[in-house]
Amino acid sequence: MSKPIVATTSLAGCFGCHMSILDIDDRILKLIELVEFNKSPVDDIKTFTKQCDIGIIEGGCCNSENVHVLKDFRKNCKILISLGECAIMGGLPALRNGIPVKECIEEAYLHGPTVDGVNTEKVLPNDDELPMILDRVYPCHEIVKIDYFLPGCPPRADLIWNAVAALVTGNEMELPYEVIKFD
Amino acid sequence: MKNTLIEIAARYGKDEARLMDILMDAQQALGYISKEAMEVIANELKISAADVEQTVSFYHFFARSPRGKYTIYLNNSVTSVMFGYQEIAEAFVKETGCQFGNTTSDGLIGLYHTACIGMSDQEPAAIINDKVFTRLTPSKVKEIVAGIKAGKKVEDLSVETGDGINAHPLVKSMVKNNIMRKGEVIFADYTLGTSLKKVAGMGTQDVINEVKNSNLRGRGGAGFPAGMKWEFCSKAEDTTRYVICNADEGEPGTFKDRVLLTEKAAQVFEGMAIGGYAVGAKLGILYLRAEYRYLKAYLESVLEEMRKNNLLGKGITGKAGFDFDIRIQFGAGAYVCGEESALIESAEGHRGEPRNRPPFPVTKGYLMKPTIVNNVETFCAVTRIIEKGSAWYTTLGTQSSAGTKVLSISGDCEKPGVYEIQWGMSIKEMLEMVGAKDTMAVQVAGPSGVCLNPAQFDRKIAFEDLPTGGSMIVIGKFRNLIRDVVLNFMEFFVEESCGSCVPCRSLNVVLKQRIEKIIAGNGTMEDLSELERLSKMLSMSTRCGLGQTSSNPILTTLQNFREQYEGLVRKDTDYISTFDMAASVKESCEYVDRKPNIH
Amino acid sequence: MSEKVNFTIDGKTLTGEKGRFIVDVAAEQGVYIPTLCHMKGEKPAGSCRICTVKVNGRAMAACTTPLEANMVIENNTPELAELRKVIVELLFVEGNHFCPSCEKSGNCELQAMGYRYQMMVPRFNYNFPYREVDASTPKIYLDRNRCIFCKKCVRAIKDPQGKNIFAFRNRGAHLEINMDLTLAAKMSDEQAKAAMDICPVGAILKKEIGFNVPIGQRKYDKVPIGSEIEKLSK
Repeated sequence: MSKPIVATTSLAGCFGCHMSILDIDDRILKLIELVEFNKSPVDDIKTFTKQCDIGIIEGGCCNSENVHVLKDFRKNCKILISLGECAIMGGLPALRNGIPVKECIEEAYLHGPTVDGVNTEKVLPNDDELPMILDRVYPCHEIVKIDYFLPGCPPRADLIWNAVAALVTGNEMELPYEVIKFD
Repeated sequence: MKNTLIEIAARYGKDEARLMDILMDAQQALGYISKEAMEVIANELKISAADVEQTVSFYHFFARSPRGKYTIYLNNSVTSVMFGYQEIAEAFVKETGCQFGNTTSDGLIGLYHTACIGMSDQEPAAIINDKVFTRLTPSKVKEIVAGIKAGKKVEDLSVETGDGINAHPLVKSMVKNNIMRKGEVIFADYTLGTSLKKVAGMGTQDVINEVKNSNLRGRGGAGFPAGMKWEFCSKAEDTTRYVICNADEGEPGTFKDRVLLTEKAAQVFEGMAIGGYAVGAKLGILYLRAEYRYLKAYLESVLEEMRKNNLLGKGITGKAGFDFDIRIQFGAGAYVCGEESALIESAEGHRGEPRNRPPFPVTKGYLMKPTIVNNVETFCAVTRIIEKGSAWYTTLGTQSSAGTKVLSISGDCEKPGVYEIQWGMSIKEMLEMVGAKDTMAVQVAGPSGVCLNPAQFDRKIAFEDLPTGGSMIVIGKFRNLIRDVVLNFMEFFVEESCGSCVPCRSLNVVLKQRIEKIIAGNGTMEDLSELERLSKMLSMSTRCGLGQTSSNPILTTLQNFREQYEGLVRKDTDYISTFDMAASVKESCEYVDRKPNIH
Repeated sequence: MSEKVNFTIDGKTLTGEKGRFIVDVAAEQGVYIPTLCHMKGEKPAGSCRICTVKVNGRAMAACTTPLEANMVIENNTPELAELRKVIVELLFVEGNHFCPSCEKSGNCELQAMGYRYQMMVPRFNYNFPYREVDASTPKIYLDRNRCIFCKKCVRAIKDPQGKNIFAFRNRGAHLEINMDLTLAAKMSDEQAKAAMDICPVGAILKKEIGFNVPIGQRKYDKVPIGSEIEKLSK
């Protein structure tokens, strides 16, 4: 029997959740025995080459490209998991939610401390190739159907391991108190 | 400003419990209540400015910023929507050049929405500076706004006057009574003072017994036996006691208390005095909703007249020690204040947040003293029960529902208005009485009541079957029930929740959003079961009657009109995203000057 | 005054003082009924409703209902657990509760309820309201994003004349916690600390401290909220 195939991505996230995947320590060797990776920053496969069983999503959607990638994952994966606070509730990027997008753009390109006095031409990036900015940051499950949610910032490595192992082996998932945390 | 406020505070003895009156007067004098004004008031009353702000910000007729020299509040309740709200709203926007929620730049006109103003039989209606304008049409709107721009006084904006007391010089209102049926109790002829003279010769317990024997149950809707309430209060430890008449009439679709206070005010006040005698109270408060401020001068004249005739004040009817007087306490726009403990909080100058029970008002009510709170119609009936006796009263109505009930009937019928019927009438008989044809549904007891389908029209209006405070809205077959009725009701409850308990504050929002999702065609079968589950959860866990009943529009239509929901939801999927890429990138693309490329 | 009466919670017979609130009597006997707004000895707020139990079959708030003889109380039932989880989820979506950036994380009672009821994601959409943070007073921050309207600060924190420093503003879904800036500016260090400690979430924070307990050693890192009560019955 062929091994279950896993894909992962980071949308509007910080890659911390991916670091936490690596934090499963030596169990990573066991993971490689259990599953095969397809599109993922872990193996640097850029596009889906086949249908996958599990898609793991880090980060929420703050621009049109995030939405595009997320929909692509939904299309190519049987099961989707929202991994971490940003995928689940927008996280740090969603601190801009509630503030008009115009003000956010101004802060980023005109008035913010990192551009102060630099962008004298007052250029706002608008090349067609750039992703378009959404009115707010969306949790992934508002865009596509998500099957499982693993909270944490980042989610504890044990939680990720327990969840993936349970999905792959079909065993009941263990959720000890200490692994479910929102920070 | 400062001196004006100091003077106003002094007018009410710098009493923090009179904060509502102080704020009302301050707003009348200054147009709105600024931060600075709140600080002055706080200083005078020796409370914190945050305390003043918490009261001000609770009531939607209190303004924290200017709302125009003429402030227009257009009613957006369900009957207003049924009879042309949209057209009238557009006319106001067009004529004033002002969007809803705003004031014109010259500060002349403010345009706002408000919930049901008790005019459901003459909608669409609006309040402009305490004056009510009914049966609005686009041409009337044009005339009114032109009058405002010409600097006319509010009272001169319309020359129409209504019937009966509405034409009284102290009222001069275009509101109509529309009394379509007079019954044996409330609208029968009565000689003022008869009952007060009678009680003066009775023992207090005899009065209570008479009310108990009449089986009179609260006419506000909850139906608690009035005599029992009075007895509890009369036996409470504390001997400083109060009588409150609940005239907050906020349930959309009800307007009968407005008519009773217009035509039978003295009879209501007499009932309050009888209550005062029975429970041993010296002060009565008429808690009147701000929407009825146009009746203020008239009602005060009635009270004054009663004092002159020795029917109020000291030694009523000449009996030494029978002292009772009434003051009018205005609300400032909050449906929840119809709940008796929220009403008491409001009358004490606080936010209208319902209290936790126990204790009940009969032991700890107004100012934490024993208090009876009864509806306008209840007091009105008491006066007649004392006059004619409880035995007479119980011959009317049914076994478990004695007497008559004043109904406020509106919606799709030929003869909307006020009807005094005997309990026990069926919905079918009622529909015939009001000339309703092709009826899809009847909303009994307002949004917090039930929505009946035609198969249930044999049911009877009575506490044992369909209890009601009197609101009856007839909904014709051509209406869009979920969009125009259910959603409107949920918007109402979201707006009117006091917000102090989680389920009511938050679940009503969730339920409203779910209804919107279903109407937009994005609902699933799962949404329907979720609606039902959450509605039941809300009703079970919330603190007061508002939350316990606010999901009724959903629960009762899900039960009685399920096919309408099923016609709207998608059955082929269990997940629908409402995300709209084009809408969500619109603003950012416009701002950086690029064309959205969506594929 | 202290009449003892028998009652049952989830089938277990207990004895308690008549007239005291169910939640307090239960806690003293090792039965945890979750609360967010309850303050023993203070006038109850009855606002969070997470302590909803069934008394003789009827749903009641355990923090406002006085104990009476022979009450049959249900507490740990699937129906009530589901209601409590819904309440936690509602609180998470109606405000802005971004735990990773909150100083109260690990010691926050709302978050701890999320853990206790295993909230992986709220079933409702986040509202992302805009709410202002007020950092203008010398001793405390008021972060309105995090307030759950328990009224603990409103009820317990007063100025020396007994005036309210904290109060609500607006109503319904627009409800906000507010403070009197003049009075708040005069708060002492002790009072600022008391206000922070009484806040179940991170809405009131004392300035100049924060994140001073390492992850792993915070109140709810290893043990669920309520376990301090439940261990009494073990």
